[in-house]
Amino acid sequence: MNEEKKPARKKIHSTTEMNRIMAEYFYELDNAAKTGEKKIAWCTSVGPAEILRAMGFLVYFPENHAAMLGATRMSTDVIPLANARGYSPDICSYLTADIGAYIAGVTPLSKAYKGIEKVPKPDVLVYNTNQCRDVQDWFMWYAQMFKVPLIGINTHLGIRDVNDAHVASIVKQMEDLIKPLSAVSGKKFDLDELKQVVALSRACSDSWKKVLDTAAAVPSPITFFDGTIHMGPAVVLRGTKQAVDYYNLLLAELNERIRNKESALENERFRLYWDGMPVWGRLSDHAALFANLNTNVLASTYCNSWIFTDFDAADPFTSMARAYTKLFIVRSDEPKEQYIKDMLKFFKIDGIIYHDAKTCPNNSNCRYGMPKRLEEETKIPSLTLNGDLNDLRCVSDEQNKTNIEAFIEQLEESKPGL
Amino acid sequence: MNAKKVFVGIDIGASRTKVALIDAAGSLIGYAVEKSGTDFSAAAEKCLDSSLAMAKSSRKDIVHTISTGYGRKNVSFSNAAKTEISCHGKGCFHYFPLAIAIIDIGGQDNKIIKLDSEGRRLSFKMNRKCAAGTGAFLEEMSARLDIPLENMDSLARQSGHMVELGSFCTVFSGTEVLEKIRQGEKVTDITKGLFLSVIKRVLEMDSLSENVVMTGGVVAHNPYIVTMAEEILKKKILVPEHPQLTGAIGAALYASEAQI
Repeated sequence: MNEEKKPARKKIHSTTEMNRIMAEYFYELDNAAKTGEKKIAWCTSVGPAEILRAMGFLVYFPENHAAMLGATRMSTDVIPLANARGYSPDICSYLTADIGAYIAGVTPLSKAYKGIEKVPKPDVLVYNTNQCRDVQDWFMWYAQMFKVPLIGINTHLGIRDVNDAHVASIVKQMEDLIKPLSAVSGKKFDLDELKQVVALSRACSDSWKKVLDTAAAVPSPITFFDGTIHMGPAVVLRGTKQAVDYYNLLLAELNERIRNKESALENERFRLYWDGMPVWGRLSDHAALFANLNTNVLASTYCNSWIFTDFDAADPFTSMARAYTKLFIVRSDEPKEQYIKDMLKFFKIDGIIYHDAKTCPNNSNCRYGMPKRLEEETKIPSLTLNGDLNDLRCVSDEQNKTNIEAFIEQLEESKPGL
Repeated sequence: MNAKKVFVGIDIGASRTKVALIDAAGSLIGYAVEKSGTDFSAAAEKCLDSSLAMAKSSRKDIVHTISTGYGRKNVSFSNAAKTEISCHGKGCFHYFPLAIAIIDIGGQDNKIIKLDSEGRRLSFKMNRKCAAGTGAFLEEMSARLDIPLENMDSLARQSGHMVELGSFCTVFSGTEVLEKIRQGEKVTDITKGLFLSVIKRVLEMDSLSENVVMTGGVVAHNPYIVTMAEEILKKKILVPEHPQLTGAIGAALYASEAQI
């Protein structure tokens, strides 16, 4: 028997345009770092990027860089360098990969974009702990390396209902960023500029949501693996017109597919939901594995994390505070479970994959009994894969493959004749 | 038309290759077990020949072949592959057509598979990439204790005072075993402690329903583990006649269904 057949996953044509705007983004940052023409702020992926843009900063996201280190499989080589400096192999492998790459003096940007030799030096680092506390420690390393200010927002965690006190606390912390940011940028804060950026972020978010929601169509025109690639602009370019234009272009292509009943896979038999981080170094392998099993992993908690429906240009600080606090990752198990239940229904899901990422407990939702609780309530079966976002030392391909194949066989038993 | 229809299941595990032949009535008519080694195809061929000889059949009698286990994609003469999870479930349900929770302890993998009363799989769990609680754990420990693997069952039965081991890691358990020897503990008591360690690592993988079935090479060669598990669970555990062959038998049953 042959091990694999070539999977058929349809190419998304808009990708060419995405690659163009992403290249433009990185070259602009590189130019600013080389010439000093514009100030650069490093920001966590779900940090207050709108404030930074409104104050004239170009914004760079180390988490995006860490994902690139994972996707190019450079991460496993450089993580041990950070481990040797005292950063445990058990903490966030985005952090250890990114710091390891800095120590090694390497970056995947050099391979992707000719002429870029290093990541753009920051003038200020701004975090939001809504993702996890590790981002703060991560940025602290660079603040010390580059001798630049480190400021940020400490978000409440495990929130059941986001209330006014939570929001007021975050608004206060956001407002407190203005003074130190002005000192670095030399630019006075202008509320109208912030409103414009928030309006663009909201438009980006709305279009990104529409893109992801196309997966509700049967067959789905998109996969989770496509989503992890195409979320790039929503992460690094939100607050810009380029991101809005891009998602409108992508949305048109996907809607065209829906009109033509064109599936992302040749034969979509099963529809799965992915919870947790992607395994960046195995993205294409996992896409091929599922495609070969005629299974579309088509929706995820992860890609939806850059949907901020609360953004409101009329009330930028409060709406930003609310949006950045209503995130799935910040919430307690009750709203998380309700969210997943809604997603399972909306996307007509047959089964759930939970990725238990060794170094990312904050984004591994299978560790406190949630899969069993949801399985009992929804009767939708689930599978937990042990792995990691970036550290491939924590990934066992053969075990994951057997688990995935066995899970699909289980679904076949429950949906005979499909 | 074949004069004698034979359906083949080949389970190429990380440690052992097992072949089961069944006839059209679903009866086991031949079987064999060999070390998997590094040449999975050779192990499969050797096992197939032995089991065909036992069944007094020849290759021309084979109607359909399903392979399973780690090497399931490495069998050139197999018609299709299925995972060991499905095949173990199928094989166990053949012998115990009940709602069951199957505990399979293999050379490298542990599994808990739950089936409903119709034989449909409800869930499954496999051990993470760790040798704790597997056959490989016992192999490693037998080497540390300098006793033959096949003697462990009788040694454990002789124990009057079990030595408990705490470590989760197989390699560190080895160190712990040496420490117990230094402390003057008896090999029989340490061996029983090793068996308990295997059971604990498996039972913590999932909760268990009413009917429990135990299978796998470790159970086949160390039936005292079943007795110990029964004492812990305080219930009778079902064990098929050939616990090491359950996956291969399940594969053969799938083969018999596929040809119809």
